[in-house]
Amino acid sequence: MAPTPIERIERRGPRLLWPRRSSRLSEEGARGALIAAVSTVVVFGLLLVFVLRSDAWPAVQRQFFNWSHFKKSFPLVLDGFWLDVKLFLVAEVLILVIGLTVAMARSLRGPAFLPLRIITIGYIDLARGLPLLLLILLMGFGIPALRLPGVPNSALFWGVAALVFSYAAYTAEVYRAGIDSVHESQRMSARSIGLTQTQSLWHVVVPQAVRNVIPALLNGFVSLQKDVALVFVLGVREGLREADIYNARTFNYTSYIAAAVLFLLVSVPVARLTDWYTDRDRRRKQAMST
Amino acid sequence: MRWRVLSALLLVMAFVAVACGDDDAATTTAAAQSCEVADLNLITAGQLTVATGEPAFPPWVGTPDGEGFDTPESGIGFEAALAYALAGELGFTDDQVVWVRTGFDDAILSAEKNFDFNLQQYSITAERDEAVDFSDPYYTTAQALVAFPDSAVAGATTLADLKDATLGAQIGTTSLDFIEEVIQPTTAPPVFDTTVDAKSALEGGQIDGLVVDLPTAYYVTAVEIEGSVIVAQFATPSAAPDEYGLLFAEGNSLRDCVNVALAALRADGTLAALEDEWLVAAGGLVVISE
Repeated sequence: MAPTPIERIERRGPRLLWPRRSSRLSEEGARGALIAAVSTVVVFGLLLVFVLRSDAWPAVQRQFFNWSHFKKSFPLVLDGFWLDVKLFLVAEVLILVIGLTVAMARSLRGPAFLPLRIITIGYIDLARGLPLLLLILLMGFGIPALRLPGVPNSALFWGVAALVFSYAAYTAEVYRAGIDSVHESQRMSARSIGLTQTQSLWHVVVPQAVRNVIPALLNGFVSLQKDVALVFVLGVREGLREADIYNARTFNYTSYIAAAVLFLLVSVPVARLTDWYTDRDRRRKQAMST
Repeated sequence: MRWRVLSALLLVMAFVAVACGDDDAATTTAAAQSCEVADLNLITAGQLTVATGEPAFPPWVGTPDGEGFDTPESGIGFEAALAYALAGELGFTDDQVVWVRTGFDDAILSAEKNFDFNLQQYSITAERDEAVDFSDPYYTTAQALVAFPDSAVAGATTLADLKDATLGAQIGTTSLDFIEEVIQPTTAPPVFDTTVDAKSALEGGQIDGLVVDLPTAYYVTAVEIEGSVIVAQFATPSAAPDEYGLLFAEGNSLRDCVNVALAALRADGTLAALEDEWLVAAGGLVVISE
């Protein structure tokens, strides 16, 4: 039995590193792979030789890639990095929920909702217009300094609050792009079968909208995963701060490399997941349209 | 040919050895040198010309309450009192002590020294020692705890009282190591880039107290953090404290006689008593011990 279009496409396997080729060129696949392999080995080999033979390399190695410093600093940095992971998870859940709420509020139509739209637009402009570090300093140091009764003063609390405040605005805009990308007829049909405006948004538009913007949301994950480290300015002992402390004690930068490795270990898989999802989604859509 | 190079090299090395040995040579002749007032190497015969900063501030000259501010002639304040104690030990009367003022860096850099010795909290460093000579240390910086008077740590008298406190420190300071290694609180100390950030955390109640060395504590409480006080000084020294020395013109033989006088003041307890009187008692400090 001949494979269905979807099966045929999926057999081609992941296309993470290879640009899509037309079928005409796939006959030259074997030759192409050989050229790619040789070219890669030569280019990276030459780069490696160039770096290792450079006069500065021993100093670079001593200061940045020092194995004994790596072994000493890695457990410390890892300890702090868990806090980054926890902060990320808490913040991301809040961001997804608040971002969607804001986007829906902004997408409600009708004169009665004008104040709501003004508030959401104002919030998004404010939150996206301010540097994240400024927000963290302002909320993390500024609000506790007011010593308001009943208001928490924890640096962690306000650090996460600032991250959520900023990222929820970006995420709301991603959702809104998704909502706008759903054809107007969907909303009309929903309304015509008697759903309220909120119901048609929630049950009909949002499910399709979210699917459309998942790659963009995952992109936000990668970005947030790094930006949580910024709470270090509030004195929080997370991964980057631990690397910083180690560097201040030893004047060696290897601890920063240890932190970099940890951040990459989390962000690269998410980036690959995004690529994989985007690719699969595109193939499915193409398959559906044929 | 090879021999000629070798002997030239030896000659250079010998020259360097002689040049470097200068400091040591001065010390070894101390025993032989007379330290009678008449034999001292003085800028102006018959008087001890002592330099300090402009303005000279508490607790080094004058008390934190404002008594004797910028008037070293009063003998009030740790360095003012020390200068008179040293003068007495060397055989001068108080009337024979004459004060002059210099800038902090000028005193190190200027070729012409208009003082016999200069004291204004010069940390003894190898770098400065190239340009000038230092006496043996007359003060070793203690660690101190800064907080607001209503803080939970304000009544602490032992290290155990601080176990549950959140104590902050500035990155790259011995104070941070001191918290972690000596106080060992249950909460890892939050770490800040500057004392200004630490101040914000203190004001917001995110940290109960801030650990800095005592001279910094006097500056921070007087100038930087309004309303804060030095809660206590720690009896245990930090692992790498700063040491303050009297500054002399390079090669001045007077230094060796002053070192003898300083050693005598240390041996008979005068130095410790001056420290207690002017740095601890005058500031109303508690001493926190084990």
